[in-house]
Amino acid sequence: MLRANAVTQMLAAFRFFILAVLTGLSLNASAQLSIEIVGAGASRYPVVIPIFENEGQLPRGVTDVVRADLERSGLFTLVSIGPQALPESVTPDLAGIRSRGADAVLTGSFVPQGDGRYQVRFRLFDTQKQTELGAMALPMAPAQNRAIGHRIADFVYEKLTGQPGYFSTRIAYVVKSGPNYELQVADADGMNAATALRSREPIISPAWSPDGQRLAYVSFEQKKPIVYVHTLATGQRRVAANFKGSNSAPAWSPDGSQLAVVLTKDGLSQLYAINADGSGVRRLASSSGIDTEPAWAADGNIYFTSDRGGSPQIYRVSSAGGSAQRVTFDGSYNVTPRPSPDGRQLAFITRNNGRFQVAIQDIASKQTTILTDSARDESPSFAPNGRMILYATESGGRGVLAAVSSDGRVKQRLTVQAADVREPAWGPQAR
Amino acid sequence: MKKLALPILLSALLAACSSTGPEATGAKVEDRTGGAGSGVATVNAGSTSGVRIPALVDPNNILSKRSVYFDFDSFVIKAEAKPLIEAHARFLVQNPNETMRIQGNTDERGSREYNLALGQKRADAVKQALLLLGAKESQIESVSLGEEKPRCEEATEACYAQNRRGDILYSAAGDY
Repeated sequence: MLRANAVTQMLAAFRFFILAVLTGLSLNASAQLSIEIVGAGASRYPVVIPIFENEGQLPRGVTDVVRADLERSGLFTLVSIGPQALPESVTPDLAGIRSRGADAVLTGSFVPQGDGRYQVRFRLFDTQKQTELGAMALPMAPAQNRAIGHRIADFVYEKLTGQPGYFSTRIAYVVKSGPNYELQVADADGMNAATALRSREPIISPAWSPDGQRLAYVSFEQKKPIVYVHTLATGQRRVAANFKGSNSAPAWSPDGSQLAVVLTKDGLSQLYAINADGSGVRRLASSSGIDTEPAWAADGNIYFTSDRGGSPQIYRVSSAGGSAQRVTFDGSYNVTPRPSPDGRQLAFITRNNGRFQVAIQDIASKQTTILTDSARDESPSFAPNGRMILYATESGGRGVLAAVSSDGRVKQRLTVQAADVREPAWGPQAR
Repeated sequence: MKKLALPILLSALLAACSSTGPEATGAKVEDRTGGAGSGVATVNAGSTSGVRIPALVDPNNILSKRSVYFDFDSFVIKAEAKPLIEAHARFLVQNPNETMRIQGNTDERGSREYNLALGQKRADAVKQALLLLGAKESQIESVSLGEEKPRCEEATEACYAQNRRGDILYSAAGDY
């Protein structure tokens, strides 16, 4: 279990409690996601992340956030060399640290700026090559301890793995508690959860705009599925698609100007594109079966589920039009395609001996691997660096979120006490 | 009256404890600042309704029976549903200004969005049957709830059977 600032959490919980009592909501006030690591990478990188110089002056820690992020990724193992800080201004004893089994060490200092703010400076060293891998300085207010911790963890992750980190990103998901549904947004570590929409009717299929400012989703609050676009900071919502019949499965275009949606205004569920403000509807594909679950890849292709061939399979069509190509061929149920951010891989759900599991296909070679051994997996969603896939599954009769690395080695489970969690969507890289 | 009290109470509370919030859009929407420094404002969704035609909710009237059940992986209306379909078609023919919404439902196995599309096929099947009996296209909207509103939540076949259904809603019954 990861800890946040207890006071703000208690205050938030107290306010929520008052609201819950008045509105008859029964959602657990401290509905915080807790993350459990259930598998790790084959070879983990041993690193030393000591406390930073002057960190004791801060009301809340920063390096504990960095350590938790790196450990949770499953790619690092933390080596302790004692409780003392290693100031950023001093090159540490790299050979000595190397002898303790660590391949890298982070040094850092909080430099008071005289106005209550700090500058945090940090450096990363390779103890094998005895070289500096990089350094950075960031301004911070003490209340930004978690955000700064995630930034530092991103820095370490990128320097040591060569890929961008994903610790500063956010996730969206739906919590069902009794008859109540909440669309929540939290930091990628499950902390700082906030409710964007509260409803007595279901909410499904949240999708992040590429700028991370808005969510498109399907809400049933009017007793039918309607697609909304919701600006998180203001709570302002706009109906994006409310045609006669059902409106569902929103997917943003890479430039954020359009949404692919599924409408039934002309009969069966079919794919359409609309502008993000709901104007300008046009057909994206046509079939005599069900077409649904579009996902718009960076290259302009739209992946979707269709049962035009008899069973639900994954197809691809250009957003500019043209004929659809079938992408999956193994098995009788392959659904919910989600292309990786680099467009090289496709995550989806496959039915395998009656069990619904997360699979990944290398698009060029069509080689497919099943990544999970659970039975009720749904809604895969890539981290912005493509390294992890967040998905919904079931554990102990309850909906939980889980994450698996795209190589299948690292596994995590995210749970909320006494509630069902489903429909995860991993937000874009912070800009 | 009871329905009104809660939002008013809520608004009063929000006015007392929240800082600022831009004007919200749509009906019955409330903004308040979310969890600590999250930059996320909370919105409460909701809708209201009232009964205009009591016959639609009278338990002794067949019009209060609103569910049509389907077999596994099937979108065909069974013979047993015929009297119910006929009664609702008659109501629509006799009340040409009244409108109906049909919600299709599925069991919970598989993808939520694909199930939403399958539920739509069930709602459409009920709609087609009503149209054949004289109801007008403009009176009926078929929609789907997919697997989202199960009547029964156990993972048994008996339970799944209850969830494979089409439900008839009337605005005149205060259903939407």
